[in-house]
Amino acid sequence: MEAIKELSVIEPTSKTEKEVEELVKDWGNDGEKLIMAMLAVQDKYNWLPPDALDYLSRRFEVPKGQIYHIATFYKVFSLVPRGKHILKLCMGTACHVRGAPMIADALQRDYDIPLGSTSDDGLFTLERVNCVGACAIGPVLVVDGQYRGNMTQNRASAVIKRLKRLAEKEAENA
Amino acid sequence: MPRIESAEMLKNIQEKFRKELEAYPMVISICHGMSCRATGAVEVANAFEKIVGGSSDIRFIRSGCQGFCEKGPLSVVRPSNIFYQMLKPGDVNEVIQKTVERGEVIDRLLYANPTTGEKLGKEHEIDFYAKQHRVVLELNGYIDPLRIEDYFAHDGYSALAKAMTEMERGHIIEEMIDSNLRGRGGAGFSAGWKWKTCSEAPGERRHIICNADEGDPGAFMDQAVLEGNPHSVIEGMIIGAYAIGGTDGHIYIRHEYPYAVHTFQNALDQARDYGLLGENILGTGFDFDIQVCFGAGAFVCGESSALVRSLQGQVGEPRDKFVHATEQGYHDEPTNLNNVETWANVPHIINKGAQWFRGIGTKGSPGTKVFSLVGKVENTGLIEVPMGISLREIVFDIGGGIKEGKDFKAVQTGGPSGGMLSEAQLDLPVDFDELDKAGSMMGSGGMIVMDENTCVVDVAKYFIDFLIDESCGKCLPCREGLRQMSNMLHRICDGDGKLKDINDLEALGETVAATALCGLGKSAPNPVLSSIRHFRDEYIAHIVEHKCPGGVCKALISYHVLPDSCTGCGSCAKVCPSDAIHTVPGKKRKDGLLHEIDLEACVKCGACIDICPENAIEKRSPAEVPVGAARS
Repeated sequence: MEAIKELSVIEPTSKTEKEVEELVKDWGNDGEKLIMAMLAVQDKYNWLPPDALDYLSRRFEVPKGQIYHIATFYKVFSLVPRGKHILKLCMGTACHVRGAPMIADALQRDYDIPLGSTSDDGLFTLERVNCVGACAIGPVLVVDGQYRGNMTQNRASAVIKRLKRLAEKEAENA
Repeated sequence: MPRIESAEMLKNIQEKFRKELEAYPMVISICHGMSCRATGAVEVANAFEKIVGGSSDIRFIRSGCQGFCEKGPLSVVRPSNIFYQMLKPGDVNEVIQKTVERGEVIDRLLYANPTTGEKLGKEHEIDFYAKQHRVVLELNGYIDPLRIEDYFAHDGYSALAKAMTEMERGHIIEEMIDSNLRGRGGAGFSAGWKWKTCSEAPGERRHIICNADEGDPGAFMDQAVLEGNPHSVIEGMIIGAYAIGGTDGHIYIRHEYPYAVHTFQNALDQARDYGLLGENILGTGFDFDIQVCFGAGAFVCGESSALVRSLQGQVGEPRDKFVHATEQGYHDEPTNLNNVETWANVPHIINKGAQWFRGIGTKGSPGTKVFSLVGKVENTGLIEVPMGISLREIVFDIGGGIKEGKDFKAVQTGGPSGGMLSEAQLDLPVDFDELDKAGSMMGSGGMIVMDENTCVVDVAKYFIDFLIDESCGKCLPCREGLRQMSNMLHRICDGDGKLKDINDLEALGETVAATALCGLGKSAPNPVLSSIRHFRDEYIAHIVEHKCPGGVCKALISYHVLPDSCTGCGSCAKVCPSDAIHTVPGKKRKDGLLHEIDLEACVKCGACIDICPENAIEKRSPAEVPVGAARS
């Protein structure tokens, strides 16, 4: 057993592996910290890159199958890169009865931003979240971490248009 | 800072900080709860801090949620208790110049009673606060949650000192049993008995867990406690650990609550610095610490056995409970798990005694309960009320009734696991047993109010679809049963339902309730079963008349312009995504035009209703186009 343990000690080599190691270095190879480690990776890259998961699997000595089981079970994780702007539409009950589904319909219909995935241009990811705890100002759309309350289709549309203009300007300048 | 090594030393420290706070003649407290932050409290607070930060006469604090979210950002000036609402950064100078310096009240920033229009200057004069009884939320608004010193100044950690130095372990548990504190996470099991079973279970190690995975949509009670008074939870957990013989503590917090995580972690660090966590707490030789673990967004992880698996770094699937977590939980060792609000009640019970606690609320459910009162209610917010208060008092007295003067239809308690109650149940006293009997449940404390424009079938469909999404898929009744129920509900909302569907929904719902593996699965059919029980007419209206009384189900409604109200301004035509609005001759405007909706082209998105300045667009049900012309 000793010899096998010895062999499984791994050194981070690629850039991603080094970055991931930096995130998880305090946790030894305690398998219980796996979800926390995956959350740290998700927070850094906005998604779970396959090579990062590969490294975590070796690092924590957990089979890759189990890692993917966790990655697909919990809502926070994404196995595909997410859009430049993250839109979180609150679909808590209070927001639902105040019309949040209408906003989701409008974003899909008018801007091809499907609920639960990323627009083709890679600009927007629209996610449903179940209650952000700001029910007084529902429906709430969280735009890149900024809470926007009393949302309507028209106001959501204005948000999208503004971000699109911004992206166009950036593309022109680049 | 000094390590607190005895109860005596704690007393001295409390006294020191009490004096320090009392030296300030005035306190400005601005609510830094989630809703207030989202409406601009951060900017308002920064503006205040720029002027009065560091002053020795005025203490400025960013407090936890003060409750009245509807009117945020809020601030209270103490000791005069002047309550200002809907503040903007531009108001700050005026507040300082008039109220702080000259003691004047600024009329335009006061809350006005919506029925009488009377301006109310003091916090306790406002109906929203008058009927509440605050125990867990008592210090929200009075303390700076980022400073343990504030908690000390309000007798913080006295209960811990009392429990550790004046009470035997068994005595603490007896006191908890005697108080009959029932689990605030929803199930309502006696916390004292849970502690007793866990303390008697064989095993070397015992684990103490705080469940802060508040996943119910429309509920934010735990968030408010963690952000507003984190030390009350920590103190409760240390007392529990001491009584039960706990060796290590864990708190499982939702990743979606970053500010709560920040506040709680800060509180843990401070408690460690003062020696209230770690080794040899209060010089008694008792060691205990608490670790933070994040939930990664899974509703089912609020269930205790799923939570424990998630803590162990695994997928959060529940297990059957022939053996309780109190005997075999975390690492198959005795584990005591309670909810945030339950833990926060503990210091109060130890300080004031079980008898005091039983004096609040009802016989079967003593104490208070925190609810998040949301939905179509005038005063959205966080409330704490004694058990036994009626739903009517909550919705109409505290909540101020229904928004825009509409009619009340239903109130959902207990989130997706609870049920919908109708007008007829409004006088029901709110406690664990009464809500159960009415087909709903206490749950963790979400209370969602629905008006006449809400469709109960649509809400039942919403909850079932939510639960399908969140079902872990381990047991068949929940995984497949809910899916079939959803199919039937979608059919009914699309106008294709049959009367038989109602009976099938009931039969299937009862089967799921009887056979699902975990508590969440067992309670999943509640929204459907309770809505059929109390609103059968509405289901029948959908099926037989193709009518949605709430005007929500797209297939059963159509939009119309009211020619008498339309001014022909054209706002609706501009926002219509399907170009379904065109002009027709009319007489109101000079050029004699008004609008009309082409029913065949209309996708029923509602954008026109949102924008119309004249309220000239109405929904009609049954739809005046064939059923199914536009499906949702």
